Amino acid sequence: MVNVLVGIKRVPDSSGEVLLAQDGQSVDARHVGYTISAHEECAIELAVQVATATGGKATALSVGSPDATEQLRNAIAVGCSDAVLVEADPDLLGPVDVAGAIAKIVQSREAEGDGYDLVLLGNDAADTGDFQVAVRLGYALNRPVVTGISTCEVIDHTVRARGDGPLGTEVFELPLPAVVAVMEGGVSPKYPSIPGRMKAKRAPLDTVLADQTPVGSGRVRLKLPPAQPSTVEILGEGPAAAAAVVDLLKRIGVVTR
Amino acid sequence: MIVVLVETDVQGVTEVSLETVTFARELAHRVGGASVHAVVVGPVAEGAQSQLMTQLGAQGVSAVHHAQDERLSMYSAAAWAASVVGIVESESARFVLCAGTPRGNEVLAHVAVRLQAAMAANVVRIEDVDPVVVTRQVMGGGVLEDMRLGDRVAVLTVAGHACDPQTADEPTTPALAAYSPELTDADLVARVTRVEEAVVADSAALTSARVVVGGGRGVGGPEGFGALLELTELLGGALGVSRVVTSLGWRPHHEQVGQTGSRITPDLYIACGISGAIQHWAGCQSAKTILAINSDADAPMVTKAHYAVIGDLHEIVPAINEELRTRSG
Repeated sequence: MVNVLVGIKRVPDSSGEVLLAQDGQSVDARHVGYTISAHEECAIELAVQVATATGGKATALSVGSPDATEQLRNAIAVGCSDAVLVEADPDLLGPVDVAGAIAKIVQSREAEGDGYDLVLLGNDAADTGDFQVAVRLGYALNRPVVTGISTCEVIDHTVRARGDGPLGTEVFELPLPAVVAVMEGGVSPKYPSIPGRMKAKRAPLDTVLADQTPVGSGRVRLKLPPAQPSTVEILGEGPAAAAAVVDLLKRIGVVTR
Repeated sequence: MIVVLVETDVQGVTEVSLETVTFARELAHRVGGASVHAVVVGPVAEGAQSQLMTQLGAQGVSAVHHAQDERLSMYSAAAWAASVVGIVESESARFVLCAGTPRGNEVLAHVAVRLQAAMAANVVRIEDVDPVVVTRQVMGGGVLEDMRLGDRVAVLTVAGHACDPQTADEPTTPALAAYSPELTDADLVARVTRVEEAVVADSAALTSARVVVGGGRGVGGPEGFGALLELTELLGGALGVSRVVTSLGWRPHHEQVGQTGSRITPDLYIACGISGAIQHWAGCQSAKTILAINSDADAPMVTKAHYAVIGDLHEIVPAINEELRTRSG
């Protein structure tokens, strides 16, 4: 039986146009809405797969504002059994703080005899893109950690994880307990079913307050890349533009005649 | 002193690592002419060793440290980090850099923890050196963040194409120093046990292709890719797709271009039926020339592109294919 903790983060949806808050300290997502990263959607699916295959449970965790309960309940709707919210102002936290908060939950649950053998996170958060929370968590818990993983399974208390390397698919075999950071691509995230959503409404959701003084992220300010005025040259409309396209391909050396 | 962890392949130093060394040299200039040292970890492909020294010399690197240990024959982020930290400490480096590749970000995260330092991922510019403030990509490059790094040692990865790899005005003949890093058993637990040949070859073809033909929601379905694949073949390129295409299951994930897919750098990117959301733009913005084919003249992909054709891609792409076939006789 392997209990899995999967960490997710409520982030502004990056498929829309991004606006910044006036103080330049955060993204104003009022008009684009919130989501979790594609990596984390896959991490949830892998957590549920491992828990199901071993008869354990998958618990979703988020460090952030109370609004993140929306994302936690979505995780329950696609197969997690329960969820924990570590309540904190996400804009005040850096990767050291987030890793510390997750480590504290893992340690306190372990002390209660309800530990997590495997912690799955997304490879990098879709907003802050720090690429380090999983590694910091591994050190905080003194557990082996690997990132960039697309699939994993647990066999005989060993997690076998696969990820893309420069020369092919790299296979890692880590003894549990371990920390694994997941990249999109190995599994397809599930959409919540109606019964899943019903279950998620009633499922237990534990809230604890983050009680450590945050180290912070070092953020000075956010800024938007300078808007580039459009310099697009319209080659034409419809299939009649084909000749102009091939002329262009020739001009830039992509075709030779 | 600045330490750059460089990644290598059969041709020597990888292109993004060369960019990072150039970036480090500019940083060295900002901090009053510090020297740049390169660290290479583990075995180097046969024949790439001399090429590597030539490339790093042309980049003006003062010294090359090569970590050698048979336990480094398979990649382990912790062992690589231990190798880098050894040099950072012995040389009292103030900056540690690596390209913002999956491996670069992973290893430097370990390095940062071991040095009890902050790490900035995907840096595009050094804003200030006293105190150290860097500008880095967040939200997949859609937003930039100015971030303060520590005074003792600053750990950062450099975003792809943050600068062009340029040779130094004064090339060097760097000394090559092999060394044995201090590795513990714990450093080797999360180590690659084997490498399987897989679809990675395909995604490698995508990231190195000179021409990429991209398809998005506008393609309409899995059966709509025929003409795009034909164009790909006619141009000797690779097919890339947007996230919606892979999440709908129309095409496999290894073809995805974007924030959570491949970041491509072709001479030409032909974006067909792709709206150009940040998620996708993050992966294709480094193409030298972008041609958008879209029915919506106001789509971000069209306004950000260099060239565009407005209309139905299902009529336009076959017409281009026909024109290419006609002209090639």
